[in-house]
Amino acid sequence: MLSSEEWSALYLSVKVGFFATLFCLPFAIMLAWILARYQFRLKFVVEALLQMPMVLPPVVLGYLLLILFGANGWIGQYLNQLGIQLAFNWKGAVLASMIVAFPLMVQPIRLSFQMINQQLEQVAGSLGASPVRVFSSISLPLALPGILIGSILCFSRSLGEFGATITFVGNIPDETRTIPIAIYSLIQQPDGEQGAMRLVILSILVAFGALIANAYILQNYQRKLGGKDAAM
Amino acid sequence: MLQCDFQFQYAEFNLKVKLQMQKQLLGIMGASGSGKSTFLKNITGLLQPQQGSILLNQQCVFDDQKKINLPMHKRRIALVFQNAWLFPHMNVKQNLKYAENLCPDQNKKFSFDQIVDLLQLKPLLQRASYQLSGGEAQRISIGRALLSSPDLLLLDEPLTGLDYKLKDQILPFLNSVKLETQLPMIYVTHHADELAYLNAQVVYMDQGSITEIPKTH
Repeated sequence: MLSSEEWSALYLSVKVGFFATLFCLPFAIMLAWILARYQFRLKFVVEALLQMPMVLPPVVLGYLLLILFGANGWIGQYLNQLGIQLAFNWKGAVLASMIVAFPLMVQPIRLSFQMINQQLEQVAGSLGASPVRVFSSISLPLALPGILIGSILCFSRSLGEFGATITFVGNIPDETRTIPIAIYSLIQQPDGEQGAMRLVILSILVAFGALIANAYILQNYQRKLGGKDAAM
Repeated sequence: MLQCDFQFQYAEFNLKVKLQMQKQLLGIMGASGSGKSTFLKNITGLLQPQQGSILLNQQCVFDDQKKINLPMHKRRIALVFQNAWLFPHMNVKQNLKYAENLCPDQNKKFSFDQIVDLLQLKPLLQRASYQLSGGEAQRISIGRALLSSPDLLLLDEPLTGLDYKLKDQILPFLNSVKLETQLPMIYVTHHADELAYLNAQVVYMDQGSITEIPKTH
């Protein structure tokens, strides 16, 4: 069975992944909607910025987070005065995961919005639905497959997040030692191979479970729509 | 009734319409690309004319001089497309209720049961939208539009794409809607026989203009 340290790493990873996904979601939906439905002059800049975390080395992101949100960082010093500490804290691990996983969440949601036939939204508008109501009652439910896929991708990426996290929040047992960091710690120890292998298997199981849940929910939703192209 | 006098230009295409509905049902005929659908989109608010005004029941919904441009959801103009466009994540009843719930109680013109009876939708209520034939879906689309209690119903080639058998099934329903609701309607089609059946005031659109003086059948 798992040791208390391994349980702690598992619990922390799931907690970080859950909150990273939860906090990413509203921003990802908003940005995905804007990118799917609006044309504006600096759109290409927004798109490039969105993709930055995908191409930057994670350690660079972690270091930038430290500069911005460290105890004496540009933003961190003010947060510190409010009693909010992100560096070397599990909440910082959530922030690091959010930054790294955000582009992965935005893309499938954006695609889902793009694939909704806008005549459905026009019909709802002509029936008297305000733009906010059209969005909440038509666009958002029809984009649900993309939102689910984006959430699972974000959660899975958060589970695997290592470079930015260890740079920004360190490797503190029970506080910031998530599964990847625990595996890294174990393989640095002469007798840590077995423990590392257990965590590797655990990572595979958690990731596979998340993907299975995702596929199951998607399949049921598509059945409800009468096939994958029903809303498009 | 609808009164409009406006101009809409997009690239080389110029739509110039001066029109007053004289009968409850106005039929618009014309070749593809003549501007029929563009005209409807200007009426609903999906497109905005550059000049002119649109009045519905003496109420201004658009006037460039007075800078009035009511958003689509406040115009009370329902639109039925060639494709029924039922909301795929809702069943038939939910589609109908969606429209009904959008209309404040004091503005409701028809009850849910009244429309369900009129269009004989009762056996379909629990079906998902993908379980419907083209004709059934179009009937529901019309019912949904009516349940939003619009002041004007726009039908953009609602029978195009349906075979003759289905057309023959739906036309009597449309006639019932016309006779029993007294709702002003604009009906765009390529088929004069549909307008003759519905006893419509017919105008012809050609290259963005109403080319013939409105005549009544």
